[in-house]
Formats: sequence, C-alpha cells, structure tokens
Amino acid sequence: MIPIMNSVLELLLSGERLDSAQMSKILGLTEAEVESELSHLKETRTLLGWRAILNPDKVQDEFVRAVIEVRLSPERDGGFDRIAERISRFDGVESCYLMSGSYDLLLFAKGNDLRSVASFVTERLASVEGVLSTATHFRLRTYKEQGHLLGDPELNGDKPAISP
Amino acid sequence: MAISLLSVLNMKNYGQQFVADHVVGLPRSGIRDFFAIVAAMPQAISLGIGEPDFVTPWHIREAAIFALEKGKTSYTDNLGLIRLRREISTYVERYFDLSYHPEKEILVTVGVSEALDIALRAVLNPGDKVLYHEPCYVSYSPSILLAHAKPIAVKTEAKDAFGIDPDRVAEAWEPGCKVLLLNFPTNPTGGVTERKKLEQLARFAVEKDLLVISDEIYSELTFEGEHTSIATLPGMKERTLFLHGFSKGFAMTGFRIGYACGPESLIEAMMKIHQYSMLCAPILSQEAAIEALKNGMSSVLKMKEAYGKRRDLIVRRFNEMGLTCHLPKGSFYAFPSIEETGQDSLSFCKGLLEAEEVAVVPGTAFGPSGAGFVRASFSTSYDRIFEATNRIERYLEQKPQA
Repeated sequence: MIPIMNSVLELLLSGERLDSAQMSKILGLTEAEVESELSHLKETRTLLGWRAILNPDKVQDEFVRAVIEVRLSPERDGGFDRIAERISRFDGVESCYLMSGSYDLLLFAKGNDLRSVASFVTERLASVEGVLSTATHFRLRTYKEQGHLLGDPELNGDKPAISP
Repeated sequence: MAISLLSVLNMKNYGQQFVADHVVGLPRSGIRDFFAIVAAMPQAISLGIGEPDFVTPWHIREAAIFALEKGKTSYTDNLGLIRLRREISTYVERYFDLSYHPEKEILVTVGVSEALDIALRAVLNPGDKVLYHEPCYVSYSPSILLAHAKPIAVKTEAKDAFGIDPDRVAEAWEPGCKVLLLNFPTNPTGGVTERKKLEQLARFAVEKDLLVISDEIYSELTFEGEHTSIATLPGMKERTLFLHGFSKGFAMTGFRIGYACGPESLIEAMMKIHQYSMLCAPILSQEAAIEALKNGMSSVLKMKEAYGKRRDLIVRRFNEMGLTCHLPKGSFYAFPSIEETGQDSLSFCKGLLEAEEVAVVPGTAFGPSGAGFVRASFSTSYDRIFEATNRIERYLEQKPQA
C-alpha cells in the first residue's frame, strides 16, 4: 500500500487541477520526478483514474441514479467476494461496497431512465445466484457532491482586499 | 461673499481643533492608503489579505448559531465566560506548557488588538519607553504612542530570517525602557526567534527588569520545529503577558476574540480598563471560541498543512524570478526583497497593481525597516499563487531595471 503521505498523491487529492510542471514547483521536485511518481501511482493501480466533479444541477444529464441495497447469502469459500466482484462488473454499477448492518452490498447505480435501472435490478441483479433481496432508492436531489456544497458559494464580498 | 468663503474654509476643518495632539501626530496606517487604491480594482488578484483564506470551520460557526438560538445575547463576566477561561487554561497548558489560573490570570478580550492596547495602557506611564522589533504589525508603534509612551524600534533583518538579535535589543535599550514587545512568528515577515536567542532575551529582560508583552497570534502556524513562548523560560512567567487569539489559527478574524494571560495583578489592572471601556467580549464569539478550543485543533492542523506547501511554492517562485526571499518559519506571509528592482516599496506595489493587477503590501506599511520589501500572503489557492507570481515575473521582465 502506498502511504497517503506520498507528496504527489497528496497534491492530487487537494482538489486543484495542477499539471506536472506546477506540482514540481510546489514540491521542489523535477518534472521528471513528478511524472515518474504519477506513472508509478498508475502502474500500481493506486491512481485509478481522473474524473471531474460536476454540479448535477448545471449539466443536462438525463441519467437516473440509484442506491441499491443488496442482501447476499455468503459462500463457503470467499464469503461475499466472488458475488460482489461479479455484480461490480455491470456497467451501470458505478461503485460497490461491502457494508456492515442490515444488508451486505451497497451499489451506486446509474441508468438512462427509470425503466433501465428497474430492469437491471429485476433481471440482472436479482437473478444473480446468492442474491437474497434488493432494495432500490432513487436519488432525487444533490446538496453536496464529494465535498462541494451545491448552494451559493460562501463568497464574502465584504472581505477587504488589503488588511493588516 | 467673503463671509461665506470663510465659513466654507471653516467647514472643511470643522472639528480639527478638538483632535488631541498625540492623535493628530499619529500616522494613518500605510495599509489603509494602499487599500483605497486596491479597492477601486476589484478584478485584481490580492495577496494583500492579512487573514486566512478559509472561512471559519463550520462546527465553530454552528456553535455560534446555536448560542444565538438559545438566546445567548447578554453581557458576560468582565473577564469572560468562566467556561471559556477554563478551556483557554487547558489549551495554553497543553500547547504552550504554561499554566494560568482561569479565575485570576486570564482575561478574554476583543481580539489580540484590544489585549495589546489595554496591556500597554495598564502598564505605561507617560514617557515610559517600549522596545519592539520592526518590521512589525501596523498597530504596535501607534498603540504605544496612544499610551503616551515612546516606541523604540529594533530592526530585524532578512539575513537573520527576521528573527530578533538580542544584542541589538541591548544596544537599543535606554533608561526608561519598561516593556519589550514581541511577536513571533511575525506579521509581516514570518520571522521566528530560536530558543537560544529567546533565552538571551529573557536574561536581558530580567537584568533590566522589563515586562515582556508577547503577541503569539501566529503560533499555531509555525512550520518548522516547536513554537516556544518566551513566558516558559526561567524567570519569565511572572514578567510576561502572553497574548493570543483565535483570528489566525482558527480563521476567526471577524469574531474579534482573543485573550491575555499573565500575573494576577497585571490581569486585574487590564481588567479595570476592559470593564470600563469594552465591558466584555461579545458572548457569541466567546461561545464560538469554546467550540474552537474543544474541537478545532484538527481544522487548525489541516489549514497549517495547506499553508506549508503554499509557502514553499511562493518562496521558490520569488527566488526564481530574482526577488530574494527567506523562508518564513511561521505565519502565512512571504516577505521578499524588491531591492533588485531599484524601486521603493510603494512605487513597486503601485506599478505592479497598475501593470499586472496584483496587489501586495508595501513593506513600509510595517515600519521604516520594511523599506525594500513587500508582503505577499500565501493564504490562497495554488492557482492564484501561480497566476499572481507569473504576473509579478512578467512585471519584472517588462520593467527596465533602474
């Protein structure tokens, strides 16, 4: 496991879009060193990908998003892993977590419309061997997205531009 | 006609004859004058802000809202809420290794500014002298003057990373010196003073029987090593007023809340002035401060970490473009030299603002020894630091060297 102390990784997680040249300036490394660290992070599959964080209110996004609770019957060898990995492979499943509590898997799923999510749940998911039951909750509105508030930004126009 | 002209003239200066002599002579803060120019350019990138870029952490704001909902709108004890003083006592003990009694040795004030003002007024007789290091926070010299005392500046220099040189303090000393005023890490230089030199200063303070007033508002933002308060050194606690507040570390500038810790007789003397002028610090700010001390340390550490990397970046960029800049050991200010350009601080800042729309503060706003420097706050996003420093670099390239 790569420690989170890794300085390049920390910068990536800071949330600002920085290129290698900028990261090298912040960290006091050469650009080549930053590039090699980035490749290392990718090769070790520490860094899985890049994705912008969008405000769902601002984009013409017709997708329907749902959270699905899944109860499973564990297998003798491997517990929930085999089924969980199998379910994770569906395109519509964006994230999949094993949970403690009254259900086992929590899926974040996406579909073109209500019907496609419904058919995914009933035809694909429910029919996977080992799935005992599912509960689907459709997402209605977003208030905070990955650390970003969607309401009016906290801009303080009264803050003086120069202060002691 | 003549009469009306006379009355217009009189109108213009109406009231002037009532202003006290020592206030007439008081200089306006250099920052305020420059502010007027910057205020007319809202599109400029400002590195001139002397406060955190962060909004007060939500849990602290929420505590203030909750207190308001509960109807906490009254005065408090003159010294401040006892619950807050107990939290301050615990906090100062834990992080500064200093133990003060919450009942008698702690006074809650309206920011460190008030604490400094009433500390000076409580101890200075007209004509007493106060040693302080410069460049420094804009209000030190005026606050001393307003207490009818004489400020004696001790210059700190870039070659010492703006730490104080105790020998210079000894040289500057003259009969009548009563107070030594310190501020480490320093606004605007980010200077700190290493323990050995603090020890030398402490011995000097004992030798000359000086009261030390130590403004430690930036202490949480010390990047390398441990912050040492001079009050912890042998023989110092009984002759030190330890001033601190919530503005910088906890990003609570607008709450206007700070405190003073020190010997009972001094706190009692300050409390007298405080009770007759301010009465007490606002109760909502006191409630927010309690929450800050109880649960705010993780937010402070997060902010400090963010500042550390930004500091490295801005210092590197200044040095790259030929503006020599020492590494500030604390605070969120870089204080590069602009001597290379041949311009004075104010012309440099005005020129930069006009040509590239970047605001930095002329070093002279922090006393004459700030000449040849500018203060740039790095309490902002990487993006803005990159953009601002790129523009400063372009300004240097276009400006023919004098």
